[in-house]
Amino acid sequence: MLRFIFGRLAVLIPTFLGVSLIAFSFIRLLPGDPVMLMSGERVMSPERHTELMHQLGLDRPMYAQYFDYLTGLLSGDFGSSIVTKRPVLDDFINLFPATLELSLCAIIIAVALGIPAGVLAAVKRGTWLDQSIMGVALVGYSMPIFWWGLLLIIFFSGYLGWTPVSGRISLMYFFPQVTGFMLIDSLLSGQAGAFKSALTYLILPTVVLATIPLAVIARQTRSAMLEVLGEDFVRTARAKGLSPFRVIGIHALRNAMIPVITTIGLQVGVLLAGAILTETIFSWPGIGKWMVDSVFKRDYAVVQGGLMLIAAVIMIVNLVVDLLYGWVNPRIRH
Amino acid sequence: MSLLEIKNLTVEFQTASGPFRAVDGVSLKVDEGEVLAIVGESGSGKSVSMLAAMGLLPWTAKVTADVLTFNGRDMQSMSDAERRKIIGREIAMIFQEPIASLNPCFTVGYQIEEVLRIHTDLSRKARRDRAIELFQSVGIPNPEERLGHYPHQMSGGQCQRVMIATALACNPKLLIADEPTTALDVTIQKQILDLLMKLQAEHGMGLIIITHDMGVVAETADRVIVQYKGRQIEQADVLSLFSAPKSVYTKALLSALPENATGGRLPTITEKLTDAEIFAGAVR
Repeated sequence: MLRFIFGRLAVLIPTFLGVSLIAFSFIRLLPGDPVMLMSGERVMSPERHTELMHQLGLDRPMYAQYFDYLTGLLSGDFGSSIVTKRPVLDDFINLFPATLELSLCAIIIAVALGIPAGVLAAVKRGTWLDQSIMGVALVGYSMPIFWWGLLLIIFFSGYLGWTPVSGRISLMYFFPQVTGFMLIDSLLSGQAGAFKSALTYLILPTVVLATIPLAVIARQTRSAMLEVLGEDFVRTARAKGLSPFRVIGIHALRNAMIPVITTIGLQVGVLLAGAILTETIFSWPGIGKWMVDSVFKRDYAVVQGGLMLIAAVIMIVNLVVDLLYGWVNPRIRH
Repeated sequence: MSLLEIKNLTVEFQTASGPFRAVDGVSLKVDEGEVLAIVGESGSGKSVSMLAAMGLLPWTAKVTADVLTFNGRDMQSMSDAERRKIIGREIAMIFQEPIASLNPCFTVGYQIEEVLRIHTDLSRKARRDRAIELFQSVGIPNPEERLGHYPHQMSGGQCQRVMIATALACNPKLLIADEPTTALDVTIQKQILDLLMKLQAEHGMGLIIITHDMGVVAETADRVIVQYKGRQIEQADVLSLFSAPKSVYTKALLSALPENATGGRLPTITEKLTDAEIFAGAVR
């Protein structure tokens, strides 16, 4: 097991190098530079521009900049924002809990609804129930996230007035950040109504973010279940006199979970990508919105550092998924 | 009273090209301590008729029978929950592909103890002791250690022993063995058949062996049913079947056995007989 984990960790090194190179070069391919964008509407003299570029070290050759960046990374230094001068890592640690809270809630909803929906569709294969579930899943999968988010805002926030449009909690509440998870912090604060407020702010973004993973998980669960339900061991389980719940929920589902867990792991990347759109629509103060703002400002250090950290999160999640995979599938473990 | 009694069993599957009749008018009886063999080619409805009797066919199958009783109880009027109390406990079944028939995600110990948990009131400790005892009785060495193994860590023969142990866990009155040796090596086939016969004699249970191997029939059965394309062709005790087969199909079947070959090419059934001749020559 330890060998397996170390083997996986060794693969991370070239992956990190690749991500760092891509993150470094792609943001520099965009037209414009941080100095120009900082000056805004004012016209800057070419001399001043050169001087500022020199101060930021951006006039040096690309390879030298990349080498500096890499050596910084090796010592755990992700650089500082060109615009705010704050360390990238500090901002990330500060903002990541908001994204994590949103993503966790989304994946919980996607798994909690997607797996039962897929199982139900497989068991009732070919019926109107199966067709309805798969139809809804296809619509959910095909819908552009930003459009779906706007529709929900128009209906639930605008027309019904049930949910707020943007932010994480009502301005009436203020409490120190303990865990960074608004749901938990609001409970810890002991302020009446704070938790409910945080919940109403969380609901729409979570639904929007959960939609695509939910559809993918439901479809994957259905096809995996259909395959497993035809297996000999399912017939054996029924021949033992087990209840349909045990046959489907334990014998079949455990086997069907093997491909589904891989899918759930892959959805984490989709979630973080989706978080960028969702956070922008709902002004959710997480890393997605932070990254988008930084791209607009050509804040090279933040985009590079942010991408590296997001990549790290995705790789860690994938490692966990691989470990889980071994736990669910004994043929890998032994 | 017979242990299992079936009269005029018919099974139809709904297919895209209309209903398909897989079993057509099969009748049989098995008594306690009796070994019945059902023989026939692939697609003769041997397995389907037994799966139908146990209620294990998918919902697309339409099962009808004039009589379908186990130990005097009508299996057709029974609710699913009532039937589940009988199957696995009083009627057990083992299958053709032993490795595929065991769930790859659970240890064999879990799978055998599960039957005991569902059908008996035994404590966890007692279930484990019983599982060890069962593994010993089917000849699995180091049962304590083996209980923690997964199916893929065992050979086909070992897995079939696990299946047999699982089937016998609740001392069933009737064991249905669906081609129990087909997927195994010849030497292992012999071991498994001997084991089945030994356990059948010890427990005094009824045993239905589904097979296409006349050698298995000769070695094990008291009585034999021959099926072809879902219909029953002949029913006889094993001695008269081999010495004086009555139906043309059985005669053709026996003459096609390699051990009866006298040289040259083996005769096949279809080049000699048409379906109409086979059904016309059926002796029920």
